Amino acid sequence: MKQKKQRRGFEIWTVFTWVIIALFLVFFIYPLANLLRQAFFDANGFTMKNFIKFFSKAYYTNTIKNSFKVSTLTTLCALLIGIPYSYFYSFYNIKGRKLLIIISVMCCMSAPFVGAYSWTLLLGRSGVITQALAKIGINIPTIYGMGGIILVQVSKFYPLVLIYMNGAFRNIDSSLMEASENLGCTGLKRFFTIVLQLSMPTVLAAALLVFMRAFADFGTPMLIGEGFKTFPVEIYSQFVGEMADDWGFACAISCLAIVITGVIFWIQKFATEKYKFSLNALHPIEKKEPKGIKGLAMHLYCYIVSAIAFIPQLYVIYSSFRNCNEVFFLPGFSLKSYKSAIKRNLIGAIKNTMTLGFAALAIIIILAIIIAYLTVRRKNFANEAIDTVSMLPYIMPGSVIGIALLTSFNKKPIAISGTLLIMIVACVVRRLPYTIRSATATLIQIPMSIEEASISLGASKLKTFFKATVPMMSSGIVSGAILSFVAIITEVSSAVILYNTKTLTLTIGTYISISYSLGVPCVFATITTLITVIVLLIYIRITGTEDVRL
Amino acid sequence: MSVNIRIEHALKKYGNNTVIPDLSLNIRPGEFFTLLGPSGCGKTTLLRMIAGFNTIEGGEFYFGDKMINDLNPAKRNIGMVFQNYAIFPHLTVRKNVEYGLKNRKVPKEEIKKKTDEIMKKIHIEEYADRMPERLSGGQQQRVALARALVIEPDVLLMDEPLSNLDAKLRVEMRNVIKQIQREVGITNVYVTHDQEEAMSVSDRIAVMHDGVIQHVGTPKDIYQRPANLFVASFIGRTNLVNGKLTVKNGKCTVSLPDGYRFEMDNILDEEKHDQDVILAIRPEELVINDKEGIHAKVDDSVFLGLNTHYYVLSDDVHCIHTEDKDDDRFELIQESLIDEIIPNGTDVRLRIKKEKVNVFTADGCKNIVRGVKDDRI
Ligand SMILES: Nc1ncnc2c1ncn2[C@@H]1O[C@H](COP(=O)(O)OP(=O)(O)OP(=O)(O)O)[C@@H](O)[C@H]1O
Ligand SMILES: [Mg+2]
Repeated sequence: MKQKKQRRGFEIWTVFTWVIIALFLVFFIYPLANLLRQAFFDANGFTMKNFIKFFSKAYYTNTIKNSFKVSTLTTLCALLIGIPYSYFYSFYNIKGRKLLIIISVMCCMSAPFVGAYSWTLLLGRSGVITQALAKIGINIPTIYGMGGIILVQVSKFYPLVLIYMNGAFRNIDSSLMEASENLGCTGLKRFFTIVLQLSMPTVLAAALLVFMRAFADFGTPMLIGEGFKTFPVEIYSQFVGEMADDWGFACAISCLAIVITGVIFWIQKFATEKYKFSLNALHPIEKKEPKGIKGLAMHLYCYIVSAIAFIPQLYVIYSSFRNCNEVFFLPGFSLKSYKSAIKRNLIGAIKNTMTLGFAALAIIIILAIIIAYLTVRRKNFANEAIDTVSMLPYIMPGSVIGIALLTSFNKKPIAISGTLLIMIVACVVRRLPYTIRSATATLIQIPMSIEEASISLGASKLKTFFKATVPMMSSGIVSGAILSFVAIITEVSSAVILYNTKTLTLTIGTYISISYSLGVPCVFATITTLITVIVLLIYIRITGTEDVRL
Repeated sequence: MSVNIRIEHALKKYGNNTVIPDLSLNIRPGEFFTLLGPSGCGKTTLLRMIAGFNTIEGGEFYFGDKMINDLNPAKRNIGMVFQNYAIFPHLTVRKNVEYGLKNRKVPKEEIKKKTDEIMKKIHIEEYADRMPERLSGGQQQRVALARALVIEPDVLLMDEPLSNLDAKLRVEMRNVIKQIQREVGITNVYVTHDQEEAMSVSDRIAVMHDGVIQHVGTPKDIYQRPANLFVASFIGRTNLVNGKLTVKNGKCTVSLPDGYRFEMDNILDEEKHDQDVILAIRPEELVINDKEGIHAKVDDSVFLGLNTHYYVLSDDVHCIHTEDKDDDRFELIQESLIDEIIPNGTDVRLRIKKEKVNVFTADGCKNIVRGVKDDRI
């Protein structure tokens, strides 16, 4: 009896537990500890000087204020725009709903630089709209600064709200709506007292997501923030900018960033606690036909919002075919920009991007399945620790992860800085929490008895895992994995810290070429968009437009 | 406060599919009125037309003298209890109950007073500050009832309100509903497909089939003198057999294939002519004896305490098969005697209680026995 028990202790899953813990220790805990060490210690031992420096200069503290301002406003605007949009979308038969949702997903998943860059082409100093309006004597504020950042971020993040809320609205049983109507409450009042209240947990979740993304967004403020410095931009310039002499200071700011996002995360959790009810619609709400002026207004609203978000993307593609010199677009069309882009290593960038995408994705899927299995089926202290730690990157801005990895792996024993490998590690760390979540959720749905049946029919535990469990989990993981792929190939914030000329990716190519050319970034952006579109179409094909989850 | 509901020539279509072709009905003020019928016959559809959640393709609906066809559901002053209760999960019990009053802009003190009153009456005051998720099914049902009644509606509509509860709770809750309805004196339209439930709570029942009302009457009327064959076989258990009606010198005689015949003195005058008929004999309308009746043999028996059920087979008289009785055998119920249960295989004779038996035209459309009460208008 005793012997048997001991043998169980050596089962394969225990090995996996230790392998995963080892991987986490090396590639995540150690870099994180290193970050802390550099923030709090210098050659003379423990010091608070980095933090004192930060909080004693208004210049630095302002970056936090700015980031808060931008992220809060972006979140509010995204909610204000996204909630009505999703209400119309979920409760009415809006014409062209498929197209609208596809456009929305594309805007949301597009590379961070593409959006910002295309807005500068339209509303920048020499942007077409700015110029055209200037000709007829109208001077509009340019895209640069806080307003512009918010505009770009909102047009990228409102789809998150739309898709989250659509999921929530579809869980409201129609009898609840009828009960409310029956008790004398309809229209806008019903929307606020019932519909919105019932979806409050989702509103909060969407708000958190938008806030986190906006707060960690590096591309947009970097490109169009100019004098308006945000936190991630400051981290970046402290680390790689011209005056970057002080890694300790950059690390200290990074720690602050983690603390801030952590606090926000905790506040959201706390706020959601209040809503302890679950919804499950037996009869989802039937979509009404939008009629008359109201119907027209709804359509206009949805189309205009989507157009504002999407046209810049199209404009970049259009611009990639235009003639141009360093400063101006010229009349006529050609493939000149493509030729110069190829000279600038476009092909290499595509290769790197795809390698990065597939390698990171493969690792993520394998790890996510194993971790999900460990935390769901083999509950013990070590595995629960794995679960908690694997979620940490969720609250860490990409540039922070970049810095942590770079400062840890630029010397022996693991000198991988400047290679594609370190970028793969960064992407894996960043996307793993999302895939683990969906893998865990899927696994919980699968009854244990299926595995037991397989074992009772003579399959070994490992065989059961590969032949029964993994195939059943795959449906739940695939769609999430595809989105992760898009997120990886459009990754900027960590890549911008980790890349070098050999490991140039498409998004980084866009970013660098902005400084020397007008057409080349359009080409890099176009290719990125093209790949994104293809992958997203596959994704939508698999999930169906009504079940899109981001 | 209570009001009568008049429906004239209601028509309901879903696309090209006509669900209710032409339905007229008068529901009296303060009565407990039940729509009863098999699944898919249009009960929910009709109820939702009254509530205003379904469009009305034709006909008129009146509350009292007020036509409500185009009245907004929120303005109809209806209390509604949904099958799945539809309690707002994000509001406490008290807030759920208050909800309708708040929408009516009732002053604060009055809201509190009325809410307290109704919660006390329905015995949910102790859960007032709980969230609905932490209530049992029966308690949620009570909350739904309180929420519907607190607004003092003109009519109360309930669509299978008990179908989510277990059997025991169903019986308990139906008594609660009945009692409350009587206390409040409200007009109540109740939908169910459970006939026992319908019998036990209703003042009157409308039996529906394929969107058409077959019979409206008190539970007793419907059970004892069903208007047609559908009602006879839908309500309660019944044995159907073919027979012949012969009239000689104004005397009506019903004869069965095996030659058993008996005289009936309650046949409608206009039906007093020779014709094929169908007899609907309830299990308790057959009496086992050895003098007169259908020749048969006991096939099986079930002892159920108070009663004993016998299944009896006749060589010459076979029961007509229906949806819920596909069996040649007669089913009959006898009060259990202290003597032995009649053993299987015993030859017996079955006498029909002729004052109770119902006789239908061969097409089953009409009961030709006097005493059918169908008061739909
Ligand atoms: N929204 C709808 N669209 C099309 N047909 C419908 C719709 N709702 C109901 N029907 C049809 O109308 C008929 C009557 O449905 P109804 O729901 O009124 O039945 P019911 O008597 O309440 O049945 P049950 O006892 O099963 O609840 C059914 O044949 C049903 O298929
Ligand atoms: Mg129904």
